[in-house]
Amino acid sequence: MTNHWSDIKNANLVLVMGGNAAEAHPCGFKWVTEAKAHNQAKLLVVDPRFTRTASLADVYAPIRTGTDIAFLGGLIRYLLETDQIQHEYVRNYTDMPFIVKENFSFADGLFNGYDADSRSYPDKSDWDYELDENGHAKIDMTLKHPRCVYQLLKKHYSRYTPEMVSGICGTPLKRMMQIWDHIAETAVPGKTMTILYALGWTQHSVGSQMIRAGAMLQLLLGNIGMPGGGVNALRGHSNIQGLTDLGLLSNLLPGYLTLPRDNEQDYDAYIAKRAPQALRPGQMSYWQHYGRFHVSLMKAWYGDAVTEENNWGYDWLPKLDEPMYDVLKYFDMMYEGKVNGYFCQGFNPIAAFPNKAKVGAGLARLKYLVIMDPLVTETSEFWKHVDEYNDVDTASIQTTVFRLPTTCFAEEDGSLVNSSRWLQWHWKGGEPPGEARTDVAIMGGLFHRLRALYKSEGGAFPDPIMNLDWSYLRPDEPAPEEIAKEYNGKALVDLKDPKTGELLLRAGQQLAGFSQLRDDGSTSSGCWLFCGSWTEAGNQMARRDNSDPYDMGQTLGWAWSWPANRRILYNRASADPSGKPWNDKDKRLVWWDGSKWTGTDVPDFAVTSAPEDKMNPFIMNPEGVARFFARGNMAEGPFPEHYEPFETPISRNPLHPDSPGVTSNPAARVFRNDMQVFGTADEFPYAATTYRLTEHFHFWTKHSRINAIMQPQQFVELGAVMAGELGIKAGDRVRVSSNRGYIEAVAVVTKRLRPLMVDGKIVHHVGIPLHWGFVGVAKNGYLTNTLTPFVGDGNTHTPEYKSFLVNVERV
Amino acid sequence: MATQDIIARSATTTASPSVRQLDEVAKLIDTTLCIGCKACQVACSEWNDLRDEVGSNVGVYDNPSDLTAESWTVMRFAEHETTDEDLEWLIRKDGCMHCEDPGCLKACPSPGAIIKYANGIVDFNQDHCIGCGYCITGCPFDVPRISKKDNKAYKCTLCSDRVAVGLEPACVKVCPTGAIVFGTKQDMKDHADWRIADLNRRGFDNAGLYDPQGVGGTHVMYVLHHADKAGLYSGLPQNPTISPMVGVWKGVAKPLAMMAVAATVLTGFFHYVRVGPNRVEDDEETHAPLASVEHYDPAERRDPRAEGERHE
Repeated sequence: MTNHWSDIKNANLVLVMGGNAAEAHPCGFKWVTEAKAHNQAKLLVVDPRFTRTASLADVYAPIRTGTDIAFLGGLIRYLLETDQIQHEYVRNYTDMPFIVKENFSFADGLFNGYDADSRSYPDKSDWDYELDENGHAKIDMTLKHPRCVYQLLKKHYSRYTPEMVSGICGTPLKRMMQIWDHIAETAVPGKTMTILYALGWTQHSVGSQMIRAGAMLQLLLGNIGMPGGGVNALRGHSNIQGLTDLGLLSNLLPGYLTLPRDNEQDYDAYIAKRAPQALRPGQMSYWQHYGRFHVSLMKAWYGDAVTEENNWGYDWLPKLDEPMYDVLKYFDMMYEGKVNGYFCQGFNPIAAFPNKAKVGAGLARLKYLVIMDPLVTETSEFWKHVDEYNDVDTASIQTTVFRLPTTCFAEEDGSLVNSSRWLQWHWKGGEPPGEARTDVAIMGGLFHRLRALYKSEGGAFPDPIMNLDWSYLRPDEPAPEEIAKEYNGKALVDLKDPKTGELLLRAGQQLAGFSQLRDDGSTSSGCWLFCGSWTEAGNQMARRDNSDPYDMGQTLGWAWSWPANRRILYNRASADPSGKPWNDKDKRLVWWDGSKWTGTDVPDFAVTSAPEDKMNPFIMNPEGVARFFARGNMAEGPFPEHYEPFETPISRNPLHPDSPGVTSNPAARVFRNDMQVFGTADEFPYAATTYRLTEHFHFWTKHSRINAIMQPQQFVELGAVMAGELGIKAGDRVRVSSNRGYIEAVAVVTKRLRPLMVDGKIVHHVGIPLHWGFVGVAKNGYLTNTLTPFVGDGNTHTPEYKSFLVNVERV
Repeated sequence: MATQDIIARSATTTASPSVRQLDEVAKLIDTTLCIGCKACQVACSEWNDLRDEVGSNVGVYDNPSDLTAESWTVMRFAEHETTDEDLEWLIRKDGCMHCEDPGCLKACPSPGAIIKYANGIVDFNQDHCIGCGYCITGCPFDVPRISKKDNKAYKCTLCSDRVAVGLEPACVKVCPTGAIVFGTKQDMKDHADWRIADLNRRGFDNAGLYDPQGVGGTHVMYVLHHADKAGLYSGLPQNPTISPMVGVWKGVAKPLAMMAVAATVLTGFFHYVRVGPNRVEDDEETHAPLASVEHYDPAERRDPRAEGERHE
């Protein structure tokens, strides 16, 4: 979240789109009811289904799954055409005045530079600003230049007329305009809308661009950095934010630092590429300190073994030969028989990943599989024949499965990072049962055995393992407190203020914040973003002071929020260019008090930079402003464009009806094997989407009797009209099939799914909750991901669970 | 067990204990804030240590699909089409309404099996319950359920045990959206007024409080978007009253029944005097369960804590 849970109460308008907060985040959703109760906020819900969230909405609009970019693009056009934008904000705080290179172009659904063979844009150099002789981007504050971002944006979305959008999305025109008009009202300075989204935006072959479109909408309305505004990702696990923060993705390092590619063998070039100089005069470009974060990370990992002479151990870092070894990629490799062993730590891929048949076949080709989990999972039992639900030939599977029971969160001390970016310390509530051990103990044990093997037997490249600094009190099981302190980091020598010479910290003391990090090896920090969470003042994550002096819900004494205990990102933008809040009454966040920045939140800014200095609020971008134009950072282009889901019920892209190459995202990642198993609308006529239910949490709560009582048996939701056509009644058993397999479940027939008129034809949706499987105390069911396609977003490679095609028959 | 708070007991003619001054309480369920998350159902199961069977899906979201002796509250989901384009999903937490004039208590023939506290809570005392099911007939809301395990009647207690020590009912404590609130009845009415004003502003002209006077008002009240159409909420009665059959039983039939009972006793007395006592051949037969009570073996009962341990 750019903002945080309790800040939702500051909103004047709440848009839930690409998510179902009441269903999946019932506790957080209370802040929506707070906004409604105390702020008279309205709630808008846009979703293929009339959801539990929709049941409390002031206005609900149906939308065909996978078409949100069209909806948002149309809205962007509408706001620009009717001039309902936050002018001063857009002009000063965004890239609207920036002039783009001459060769940038967009035609027939493709931006310039596309290579059909590799399904990508290998050369994105034209997707950038025109620079002047000083290396600064050229701008035109009048916004009249034909190649300024404002004009390009206007041109790009000119095709997204209300009629076109309604035809793509199936949203009735009148209802769509009603939603758009409500949203347009928040273009007024000081009035805010918050966007709450979740995997309903993420899990599409154009998921990243959907989220970008939402962010662009918020920028147009001046709602980023504002209380009650922002683009708010509601995370699906209690600590999934922590997972990304700590870089548990194959191409990341902690704190959103990135691993080098194999063509980046030169250390200085690696850093220089990631530490951009300001693109406009007087801008901060905070990533220019990348080297400090990186060197401090390497010092945390390797201690004295890394020095300036060995480039801080740069050669020990893996260099990627692929953009990403994400799960789709890895299971494809497994399926191809290229993987011997696999560790599943708190992860249930056969249930959680698309195309169960392919994942199961991959697991069966492993030599060994290690499961680290507190519970029995479908993955740990993938080899077991369970009726029709897991119809495998056990005897033919030779994979050795090791099951290592782990503690669960309640059986250990530690911290969780929630959607609000709060690191909250928690304390052990009970002893683990049986032989369960903490994940740290298991990984620690594994590390020691590996190191002993390297020591005794040598190996191709022992250095990264042998040199790891492991000076914990109990090397077999480092304590959570030690690890947390390591993430924060410490001074390795006496640290002096470079300007005054004043002693800041003695060697060994905990750092106060990431501004103290150095790139000369004198500091260590396991994750620069977490620097400040455990200082000499103690464990900041354990703080529980919920006082809220400004009644803004910021509670700066509750736990600790990255970065720097800041609760709302980009909060400098909550004040106008002169430093005064846009709304001095109930949207005060930070302001210039004549000598410094201060306020109800920790300013996301150089606190002594006066408004006259013209430093802009988006300090992480070298241009200092927010981007409508993504430059070269997105796989499929600088502006979000609507592409159909890979399995589309209308078989063409209404924006480009004659260009089959751009029906679906031309830069999405599809593996060779999987192109053939996409289904088509003639065989699988219904648009399907998967989701979770409030009664369950993923595949875990099937083990809990009470959850099983509340929602005991697998079902699918069918619209009443569609069910009527098929002669299906509520309670009937139905078979839902895709081109990859089938499931059978009870039919819930509902008026909450309506037929939509899309591109001149009727489209029905089928809703498929995901929780069931073949372990636990709930009734056995089929894994929903038997049905879903193996295709990933072009940027994150997140699978398209939310839009695919099925057929439905009564059994 | 304090009895000084009891103001009415079933089938009892003796005076109630002198009652302490207690404020009347009420639980207010705002259907317009309810997201149907069932946290209240879970909290009810946990606080009261109830574990219903893992059932089946019968084609709706409601699960368990009805109240049972082990599910004292359930969410009922109703789809209401307001226009061709518009729909409302009306979700109502169903359970005992704790009537001011409780039909169950009136109908109950077993002394002290149903009691009413001065704070308005209507509670069942299973010690005294004979499992006749008259409370179900007497209830205008069809709430009590007879357990198949022990043939006793069960329903929501409004967490009388929690309320007695100054806590809110378990369902209130866990409700994430503030759709369930608890306090004095007057405070709850005031809260409802504030909610209704908000609903009126949002275009619900007929929003209102459900506190039906046919049963003297209730200690569980609803805020409804459509107070004029209570039936939309899965058949909530618009004007509930106690079945006239209860009046018949308590009015005309009761003296007649009492006479019949007296006649039976007299007949027995004369039989004993003239013929001598009835003898039962086999002693064990006296321990045989009543035919009307389903066989219940405590050993068969699944202990939920043992379940938990297995999966910890």
